[in-house]
Amino acid sequence: MRSSKRILAIGAGLLLAALPLAACGGDSDTGGEPGSGGKVVIGIKYDQPGLGLKEGDDYTGFDVEVAKYVAKDLGYTDVEFKESPSAQRETLLQSDQVKMIFATYSITDDRAQKVSFAGPYLIAGQDLLVKADNTDITGPDSLNGKKLCSVTGSTSAKKIKDNYASGVQLQEFDTYSKCVEALNAGQIDAVTTDNVILAGFAAQPQYQGKLKVVGKPFSEERYGVGIKKGDTDLCGKINAALEKMEADGAWQKAFDDTLGASGLKVDPAINPPKPDACT
Amino acid sequence: MDALRTLLEEYNVLAAFWMTIKLTFFGAIGAFIIGTVIAIMRVSPVKVFQTFGLAYVTLVRNTPLTLLVFFAAFGLAITLQINLAPPDSPTFIVDNNFRWGVVALAVYHAAFVAEAIRSGINTVPLGQAEAARAIGLPFLPTVTTIVLPQAFRGAIAPLGNTLIALTKNTTVLATIGVAEPALMMRNMLEFNISLLYAIFFIMAAGFVILTLPTGLFFTWWSRKLAVQR
Repeated sequence: MRSSKRILAIGAGLLLAALPLAACGGDSDTGGEPGSGGKVVIGIKYDQPGLGLKEGDDYTGFDVEVAKYVAKDLGYTDVEFKESPSAQRETLLQSDQVKMIFATYSITDDRAQKVSFAGPYLIAGQDLLVKADNTDITGPDSLNGKKLCSVTGSTSAKKIKDNYASGVQLQEFDTYSKCVEALNAGQIDAVTTDNVILAGFAAQPQYQGKLKVVGKPFSEERYGVGIKKGDTDLCGKINAALEKMEADGAWQKAFDDTLGASGLKVDPAINPPKPDACT
Repeated sequence: MDALRTLLEEYNVLAAFWMTIKLTFFGAIGAFIIGTVIAIMRVSPVKVFQTFGLAYVTLVRNTPLTLLVFFAAFGLAITLQINLAPPDSPTFIVDNNFRWGVVALAVYHAAFVAEAIRSGINTVPLGQAEAARAIGLPFLPTVTTIVLPQAFRGAIAPLGNTLIALTKNTTVLATIGVAEPALMMRNMLEFNISLLYAIFFIMAAGFVILTLPTGLFFTWWSRKLAVQR
């Protein structure tokens, strides 16, 4: 009697331990091969206005528009969006939880060790966001003695400190919205990250007319489409779709509808970019 | 091994964990002082103090630390402009964040310290306080010279647990940009995501190295000082 109780207890324990695993295992259906129709799961950001933003049940932003176009061109009839925060993007792809990622995903050598990239579909550049009436911050080298904000674990802030203004004070928060709020309150002088992200925040209703992007990008961030490592077939198809999107004017329209609405202009010499060759 | 070496070369791991030690040290001192005062209030004969002590513990203990930190950084520092460092100093942001972070840690853990000390006070037999009163000592000398010294001896184990929790809770301050290990980890994840497992290992090892000896020491110390009754 006693031992059967113990077995029961062990069994219940194992069951509890297995529950979350089972929940993960059931989620591997990310969509079939391109061209076969059906559903595809795409990773986007949920918290970046102008690029990938979830508002209720709606998804808006440039990343979302490009993702929809590519999915349609690849023959998928249904798109399911899934949140892909920066630190989880590689894992989501490796564990087959998403098929593609359109989430301000800059192509870097380090990341290319774990995932493959199609695209780029947008070339952004690091820039500064300041108060609308600010005139003394004109670029990264005018930041000495100023207070600059960026998010924890972003390329941007470190680059300014190392390359442009060693006398700058860095404030790091965990989200850009906190930085923008602190800027609006006057506690810091500038926010730095990619110009497209800044423009999205500046265009939010509560900040309209109060903040401006300086407009002198000083780096090149190439946003690519993250896919599973080594899937050159899918990469080629995505690149073809991107080229088609740029050729038929849909790229420009998507840009004008989302990021362009904030008054942001990107350098026409580099945008829209030509996708890299797939390797 | 190469992965570990790359990370150790590229990031100042020691400085990050040194920040954890500094935060823990100052946070613990603050929490201990506030917590002791609150504990004395809770056992004091004055009703107002009792109510205040109870309200403090109930409110603070049931508020997430993240919220306290956010309130300190945004409510007090950014919106009300209450600064704990001179605003024109070249290290203003770093100092201000660090000090507000320590304040938040101290205020939060003081509630747990107060409860630990109160549990310690409960281990002191009632006869001790009665004897003190019988020889004519007023409330404060009774508490400070008779009850508290014995109470601390009984409260060492729970105080040690609070200190370990405090050490690990310092990671919450990454949200306001204090340069401690959780912030370093986010940088590592951004720039060296290919070394994911090594990053995890460094973080886990760092905190185990900090908290394991603390736990062992407090266990030993509480045994050594245990009052035989």
